[in-house]
Amino acid sequence: MAVRGAIEVDVELCKGCGVCIVNCPTGAIVLSKSVNGKGYNYSYMDDPEKCTGCTNCAAVCPDTVITVYRVKI
Amino acid sequence: MNISDIIKPENKVYAKSKLLLDKEMHYCPGCSHGTIHKIIAETIDELNIQEQVIGISPVGCAVLAYDYIDIDWQEAAHGRAPALATAIKRLYPDKYVFTYQGDGDLASIGTGEIVHVCNRGDNVTVIFVNNAIYGMTGGQMAPTTLEGMKTATTPKGRSHISSGFPMKITEMLALLPGVVYATRQSVDTPAAERKAKKSMIKAFKSQKLKKGTSFIEIVSTCNSGWKMTPVEANTWMRENMFPVFPPGDIKDETGL
Ligand SMILES: Cc1ncc(C[n+]2csc(CCOP(=O)(O)OP(=O)(O)O)c2C)c(N)n1
Repeated sequence: MAVRGAIEVDVELCKGCGVCIVNCPTGAIVLSKSVNGKGYNYSYMDDPEKCTGCTNCAAVCPDTVITVYRVKI
Repeated sequence: MNISDIIKPENKVYAKSKLLLDKEMHYCPGCSHGTIHKIIAETIDELNIQEQVIGISPVGCAVLAYDYIDIDWQEAAHGRAPALATAIKRLYPDKYVFTYQGDGDLASIGTGEIVHVCNRGDNVTVIFVNNAIYGMTGGQMAPTTLEGMKTATTPKGRSHISSGFPMKITEMLALLPGVVYATRQSVDTPAAERKAKKSMIKAFKSQKLKKGTSFIEIVSTCNSGWKMTPVEANTWMRENMFPVFPPGDIKDETGL
C-alpha cells in the first residue's frame, strides 16, 4: 500500500539546525534560502512528492516545530 | 494529490505534545536538551500522569526546563537535585519524581548527592544529560570530557595526568544495589530517540512499582561548546563519545 505524507514547519520557531534534513530518508526537506524573523534559514518540504509521513524529522527536531500528516492511497 | 488533501486534521500522525508549552526554548539550534524535553513530555503524556509528576530542574543550560514542560517543578541549587528529589518523594510518596541534570551538575559539584540517592535506592528517576562539557558557563571541562578533547579550560585537550579520566558515572552508580535500572541512550537519530523514550517509560513505570532508583544517561551534544554545526556534533558524538560511553542498558532489574 502506498502512502503520501506532508509536513508543516512552524517556520518562525525553526532554528535551522538541519538535524531533520539529514534524518529524512527520502530527502524531502531542505533549508530555505530566505530567513525567518530570527534570522535563521528554516527547514521546509522542498519536494512534497517525496514525503512519506514517517515522522523521523519530527522525532529529532529539538524545538518540536514539525507537524506530520500521512494518508494511504 | 495536493498537499491540501494531505494536510488535514484527520491525517495528522505527529504533533507537538500538549505538555510542551508554547514558550520558545532558549537552547542553541540543534541542542539535545530540546529533544530530551520532548521525550519527557511525551512520556508523561502517554502514561497520563501529568498531575502526578514533580520534576527538579538543575543549574546548567536546562535551568529553565520548568518553563517548557507543563508539570510541577522545583529548581535545585547546583548539583543538589537528588537531595531535593529524596525530600519531595518522602513528602509525596505517590508522586512521580525525577531530576534532570547535566554532567557538570551531576558528576562534578553534585557527585555526593547522586551517589547517596542511588545508594538509598530512592524511588526517583534521574535523567542525566552528558554532553561532556559545562555548556552554560562557556564550555569548560567536565568530569565526562573525553581525553584529548579541547575545552575552554583544556585548550590543549584533556589529559588524565592533570585532570583524570572521563568519568563513567552511570557504570559506577549501577554497582549500587539501590539502582534498579541504569541505561545509556542518545537522541541523535529517530531510532535512538524512540529507544530513549521507551527507556523513560520503563523508568517511570518502575518508579510506580517502587523498585528503586532508575537512572537514564543521555549522551548528548553541545554543538556551540564543541564549536561545530549541530549535524557535525551528532556525528562527532557517535564517533568519539560512543566508544567511551556506549549506548545500551547497563543494569535492568525492573522485570518490565
Ligand atoms: C554553586 C554553583 N557553582 C557554580 C555555578 C556555575 N555554573 C552554572 S552552570 C554550571 C555547569 C553546567 O554544566 P552542566 O551541568 O554540564 O550543564 P549544561 O549547561 O552543559 O547543560 C556551572 C559550573 C553555579 N551556578 N552555582
